[in-house]
Amino acid sequence: MNRACRMLAAIIAVTVATTAQAQETVFRAKGNGSGSLVIASVTDLVAIRPLLDGFLERFPDLEVTYRQMQSLELYRAAKDACGSGEPFADIVISSAIAEQVKLVNDGCAAQLTVALPSTHPQWAQWQNSLVGMTFEPAVIVYDREAFPSGDVPQNRFDLVDLLRQTERFEGKVGTYDIERSGVGYMFAFQDEYQASTWGRLLEGLGRNRVKLFPSSSDIIDRVADGRLAIGYNVLGSYAMARQEADPRIGIVFPEDYTIVLSRAAFIPENALNAVAANALIEFSVSPEGQKLLAGSARLFSPGAGPGLLSAYLRERGIAFNAEALRPIAFSPRLLASLDRVKLRIFLEQWNKSVNPDAQ
Amino acid sequence: MAISDGGRSLSGTVGHSAPPLRQQSVAFRLAVSLFVVLSLATGATIFAAYSYGRTAADEAFDEVLAGAAGMIMERVFVVDGETVADVPTSAFDLLSLGGRERVFYRIVLPGGQTLTGYDDLTLPPDREGQSGPFGYSTSLAGVPLRAMIVTKPLAERSVTGNVNVIVAHTRNSRNILAREITTRAVAVIAAAGLAIFVLAIFVLRYAMRPLERVEAAILTRRSSDLSPFAMDAPREVSALVGAINHFMGRLDRRVNSMQAFVADAAHQLRTPITALLAQTDLALNERDTERLKVLHRRIRSRAIGLNRLTNQLLSHALVTHRADSETLTELDLRRVAIEAEREFRLTTERETPAVMLDLEEEPVLVTGDSFSLKEAVKNLLNNAVSHGKPPLRLHAGHTGNGLPDIRVFDCGDGMSAEYEDTIGRRFQRDASKTESAGLGLAIVKEVADFHGASLYTQRQDGMFSIGFRFPKPDGKTA
Repeated sequence: MNRACRMLAAIIAVTVATTAQAQETVFRAKGNGSGSLVIASVTDLVAIRPLLDGFLERFPDLEVTYRQMQSLELYRAAKDACGSGEPFADIVISSAIAEQVKLVNDGCAAQLTVALPSTHPQWAQWQNSLVGMTFEPAVIVYDREAFPSGDVPQNRFDLVDLLRQTERFEGKVGTYDIERSGVGYMFAFQDEYQASTWGRLLEGLGRNRVKLFPSSSDIIDRVADGRLAIGYNVLGSYAMARQEADPRIGIVFPEDYTIVLSRAAFIPENALNAVAANALIEFSVSPEGQKLLAGSARLFSPGAGPGLLSAYLRERGIAFNAEALRPIAFSPRLLASLDRVKLRIFLEQWNKSVNPDAQ
Repeated sequence: MAISDGGRSLSGTVGHSAPPLRQQSVAFRLAVSLFVVLSLATGATIFAAYSYGRTAADEAFDEVLAGAAGMIMERVFVVDGETVADVPTSAFDLLSLGGRERVFYRIVLPGGQTLTGYDDLTLPPDREGQSGPFGYSTSLAGVPLRAMIVTKPLAERSVTGNVNVIVAHTRNSRNILAREITTRAVAVIAAAGLAIFVLAIFVLRYAMRPLERVEAAILTRRSSDLSPFAMDAPREVSALVGAINHFMGRLDRRVNSMQAFVADAAHQLRTPITALLAQTDLALNERDTERLKVLHRRIRSRAIGLNRLTNQLLSHALVTHRADSETLTELDLRRVAIEAEREFRLTTERETPAVMLDLEEEPVLVTGDSFSLKEAVKNLLNNAVSHGKPPLRLHAGHTGNGLPDIRVFDCGDGMSAEYEDTIGRRFQRDASKTESAGLGLAIVKEVADFHGASLYTQRQDGMFSIGFRFPKPDGKTA
C-alpha cells in the first residue's frame, strides 16, 4: 500500500509555471528523498528527459527540480545569484555558451570534483568548471516541397547564390532573432568569424526579408508546414528529432563548415548540492549518459558525438562531412562576443542588413 | 700499581658505556653545526629561487599581457565623434594563454568612464609617469590578478586625452612556472647541500683521525707507563698531546715522590720503634731503680718523638692531599694566627711557654686554605718551642712593602746557615735533636709552595723569625 503510494508519487511530475518565462518541474524521489537537486536549464524538458530518467534511475533518492528558462533570463539569474551569494541552482545548463564562459570567468563556478574521462575533448571543457554535455550542429532545414527539382543548397555559397538569383524565397527564409536568442547570436558570431561569406549571406537574407524567431522549434514548425522554405542556423538536435516524425523536413549539414554547439554545464559556487550536481555531470559524460543523449533527443555528446552522428546520418542517407565540423571551443575568446560595444556594432550591422527597409 | 690497574679497568668500563649527554663528540658537534648552517643557507637560497621564479614568470607573461593589450588598443577608433572599440577575439586567446587563465579587461575613456569591460578592474595606484605598458598586481572579487595597462593619446576634434586599455588574467600559469623554476632550483640546491654535508662528514672524519690515534695510543698503553707520547700530530692536536704529556709528567713525579715518601716514612718509623723496643727490653731486665728511672725517661722521650713523627707524617699527608684537592678561599691571616695558637695551646704540655699574639689592626687578607695554613703555623710554633728560646711571638700583618705575612718570633739563635739552605727537605733534621722528626719544616715548605708564598727567615734585634710572605693579594695566583 505504502509502496504503491510511493510509486504513484514517483510517476507524477509536477509542473508549475513559476514566472512568465520559467517553468518548474519537480520529479519526486522514488526512494527516501534524502537529497534534492535543482537544475536550471534552457533545454526543453522533453529533450533532456531521457538523460534525466537515466540519472534518476541511478540515484532514486534524489528529488530533482528542473527549472526551464530562456537563456538570457537564466544568465541574469545566475549572475545575480553569483553576486549576492544566494543559492540559485545546483547546476546551470545552457546553450548560451558565451554567457556560461563569462559566468565561469567571473568566478561564479565551483571546481568539478569528478574527473572527466580522457575521451572528453579539450574544447568542451574549461577551467575544470565548464563541461560540454551535448554535440549539436547548426544546420539548414528546408521544406522538401519547396525544392521539387532538388536544388537544395549544400553549403553557404549555394545558399548565397540561391538568395541572390531568385525572388522565390521572398519572406520564406527564417533564422534566429539574434537579439532575443543567445544561441542565434552565438551562431551568427561564429559565422562572421569563420568565413567571408557572412556579409553576402546577410545581404541575401535582408533582400529576401528574412523572418526572425526566438527558437529553433519556431523555425522548424514553419518549415514543416510550408510557411518557410528555408531555416538557417537551426539546432540540428531539434531538426533531427523532428524529422524522424515529420518527413516533410529536409536537413543540410553545410559542407563548407558546420558549426557545432555543446550545451555547457557548470556548478555554481554556492550550490546546495554540489555532490549531486557532480554526479549528474559525471553521468552525462559516462558511456551510458552519452548513449541516452544520442537517443531520441539527438543531442549527442562531445565525446562520442562525431562517431554516433556519422553513423546515424549514414543510416538515414543524409550527406555529412565530418571534416567540416567546427565545434565552438569553450574559451575566453567567447567573451569578445559579449563585449557590449562589439555587441552593439554587431547588432547594428545585423539590423542594417536584415531590415533594409528600416533605414 | 694496584691503584693504576684499577684505574685502567675502571676507565675501560666507562669508555664502553654511553657517554654523558653534554660530552658529545667533537665530530657530532661539528656535524650538527654544519647541518644547521647548510640548512639555513639552503633555505635562504630556496627563498631566493622562489622570488626569482616569480619575477621570471611575471616577466615572461607580462609580455603576453602587453601584446594582448596592444591588440585591443589597435581596435579603438573614433567614429563620428564617438570612441568605439571592436575588441579582437584573438586578444582573448592570447590573454587567456590558450584558455588556461580567466581574463578581464577594461577600456577607459579620457574622461575616466568605462567604455566597455569590467568596471571594477582597478587602475594601477601609481605609474610613476610611465606612458609605456605597465604591469601591476591587483585583484578582482578576491581573486589575485596580474594586470597590464597601455595608454594611447587621442587627438580628434571631439575626443582628446588618453584612452587606457587594462587587461588582466589569473595567475595560474605564472604560479605553475614559478613553482617549476623553484622546484628545479630546490632540487639542485638540496642535492648540492646534501652532497656538501656528506663530503663534510668525510672531511670531518679525516680531520679527526689524529685524535683517534691519540685515543688509541692512550688505550693501548700499559697502565704503569707514564712516559710522554712521541707521535707526529697536527698543530692543534699536538697541544693536546703536550697537555697530556705534561699531566703524565706531573703524575709520574707525584707517584715517584709518594713512593719515596712511603719508603722514607717506613724507614723513619721503623728506627724509633726498634729503639723503643730495645729500651723496653732493657727496662724489663733492669733491677736498679735509678737506672730504671733513666730508662723510663728515655722511653718516654722516644715515645714523644714517635708521637710527633706520626702526627707530622699524617699532617704532611693531609696537607699534601689538600694541596691537590682543596680550593682556595679568601681568608684573614689574623684569624689563622688566633686559631693556630689556640689549637697549639690545647695540644701541648702545660710547661710550654705562652705565645704572644701580635696582630695588625686591619684584616690581613690572603687567598688560601686555612687548614693547611694552621698546620704550618702550628709546626712553626712547635719548632720554636723545640729549637728556640721563649718568649715566643706570633705575628700576622704586612711587611714593609705591603705583602701579607705571618711569622713566628723567638729569642734563640735560629738555625744554622747550611740547614737553612736545605729547609723543606723531608727527614732533614738537626742531628743534635733526637726528638725532631724532620718533617715540620717540610710541611711548612709545602704549604708555602702551594699558596705561592715564600718561606723566609730573619734575624733582627736578637730575635729569630721564620714565616710566610704572601704575594700581593690582588695578584691571585692559585
